[in-house]
Amino acid sequence: MNKNVDLQSIAIRCDDVSKNYGKIEALKDIHLEVSKGEIFGIIGPDGAGKTTLFRILTTLILADKGTAAIDGYDVVTDYKEIRKRVGYMPGRFSLYQDLTVEENLNFFATVFNTTIEENYELIKDIYVQIEPFKNRRAGKLSGGMKQKLALSCALIHKPSVLFLDEPTTGVDPVSRKEFWGMLKKLKTQGITILVSTPYMDEASLCDRIALIQNGQFLKIDTPKNIVKQYKNKLWSAKSDNMSKLLSDLRNIEATKNCFAFGDCHHVTVFDAQFTISDFEIILGKLSHKDIQIVEIEPTVEDCFMELSQN
Amino acid sequence: MKQLLSFIRKEFHHILRDRTTMMILILMPIIQIILFGFALTTEVKNTKVAVLATTDDEVTNRIIEKINSSSYFDVVANIHSNDEIQAIFRDAKAKLVIVFEDHFSENLRHNGKAHIQLIADATDPNAATSFTFYVSNIIASYQQELMGTTKNPYQITPEVKMLYNPQMVGAFNFVPGVLGMIMLLICAMMTSIAIVREKEMGTMEILLVSPMKPIYTILSKITPYFVLSAFNFATIMLLSVFVLKVPVAGSFLSLVFVSLLYIFVSLALGLLISTLTSSQLAAMLISGMGLMIPVMLLSGMIFPIENMPVILQWISDIVPARWYISAVKTIMIQGLGISSVLKEVAVLSFMSIVLVTVSLKKFKVRLE
Repeated sequence: MNKNVDLQSIAIRCDDVSKNYGKIEALKDIHLEVSKGEIFGIIGPDGAGKTTLFRILTTLILADKGTAAIDGYDVVTDYKEIRKRVGYMPGRFSLYQDLTVEENLNFFATVFNTTIEENYELIKDIYVQIEPFKNRRAGKLSGGMKQKLALSCALIHKPSVLFLDEPTTGVDPVSRKEFWGMLKKLKTQGITILVSTPYMDEASLCDRIALIQNGQFLKIDTPKNIVKQYKNKLWSAKSDNMSKLLSDLRNIEATKNCFAFGDCHHVTVFDAQFTISDFEIILGKLSHKDIQIVEIEPTVEDCFMELSQN
Repeated sequence: MKQLLSFIRKEFHHILRDRTTMMILILMPIIQIILFGFALTTEVKNTKVAVLATTDDEVTNRIIEKINSSSYFDVVANIHSNDEIQAIFRDAKAKLVIVFEDHFSENLRHNGKAHIQLIADATDPNAATSFTFYVSNIIASYQQELMGTTKNPYQITPEVKMLYNPQMVGAFNFVPGVLGMIMLLICAMMTSIAIVREKEMGTMEILLVSPMKPIYTILSKITPYFVLSAFNFATIMLLSVFVLKVPVAGSFLSLVFVSLLYIFVSLALGLLISTLTSSQLAAMLISGMGLMIPVMLLSGMIFPIENMPVILQWISDIVPARWYISAVKTIMIQGLGISSVLKEVAVLSFMSIVLVTVSLKKFKVRLE
């Protein structure tokens, strides 16, 4: 085996990892390989096992089965080495609320035996946005600013791998967009980023993604390939009575799947023979008005729904 | 080293910015020592005393006068026969009966030796010990006076008899006990929430995923509370000396040394609790309730250890307060130096090493 090549190019490796909490299987036989410098997304709903996976990889908990390694260091035996070189931002805001922005950053810099000045370049773009509030206590910051501070603290020691557990949950859309912009910049610095999110629309911003549900990976691929593999025709449907529309669509025999997607419903059909006009006629008889059905391109979320049905 | 200093600075910030908690920590010992202290002293003041003297002579009258004029006692009855003693106690007319033997002053003059019997109502044993101790002192000081005026060595032997509680041990003072209890409870409670708070706030998660050594975490949690506890010790000492009038008879430096050692043991005990529990509430309950009972009952503060069943005596050996209280009594009351409490110092040092080692071993380097 070309193990040396692996060591140099693989940042995160996970083999056959399982974890149970009592009778609940949080993770089942997880296989994962993330290359250096990749932005890898773990996409899945709450309770899918994302945080458990992050905690195993950041050496915080032990897997029941399987092995995992970061930069070639085993998460069980070499945990001390891993803790020196990774950056971790937990899902819950976990900085000291009674310390100021600057004190938090200073503290984490010294914890990692470095100084703010030493790696200022790396966090500059993020930190300048919160610098005007550097004497404010962290607990008094807004959600977006807390997240920027947490990211700054996780980056202050120039980690080789960055773990971001749901960094955008509870953050406004503008800050979310900014945040992903920052991740792209960090990628150019050669930092590997493993990021989890329940937001499917963020999936396309990753180099590769893993769709996770009930502790199992449904699929690992680039967002483009995942969308490409979507075989069904996909329609978007709207009418004047959306809740009735959902149940009516599901009652049509030809309907394979129908889910509510924001302001419209996404529908797939079994039989390619059925056309949009067939559906419009059926729905018209069921006294729907303003019926709009159009064919659309699938998104990652459609793929996820499709995969999670099987 | 820089890591450690930065961590300690952070801990100071936590404490200093949480004003309410800090005020509680500083005021609690002051309130406790005053409450305990005065609950103790008022008991002895104006204790009702009855006197049984068969002869009316100068010596007896001098002694009665001396006792009556002290602020601790009021002579409320003069009785004339042994049969009346029971009635005095039964009707709660007096807490103490002073019995002069027949021909008291004659015996003193001719034999140079006379007896006084002190019969105390020891339903409240602590009070009884205190006031018999005071009366004995008054008699002793009168004896000193007599010694000064004549060449004959007069000797008055007060014979103390404790009613209702015959096994009463000798005098003890509350201050060492209260000192031992307050310091242990406050120190242990303060540190017991220190680590568990990081767990609850989620900050432990990031701290663990960093090169921070567990020993640094433990030391930096202890340091600020050590400073705060030393301050508390100072206020308690000031209060005991100037308000409660309990002087430090022995070496003050020895007392400070033993106390700082004891503070360290208590803080380490709190840390151990902190590493073992997973919520602040549990930590508070264990350090508050879990320590209070053994400290009060098994430290010799209320019940003399010598009277306990052997098993309880063994258990009391692992209560740090027992050793500290014993050392404080030796230094503060008996007035001896550090050389007399070497055993206590050794035991407390050993305890601190064990506690820190166990905390380190039990410190969870992972979340579960």
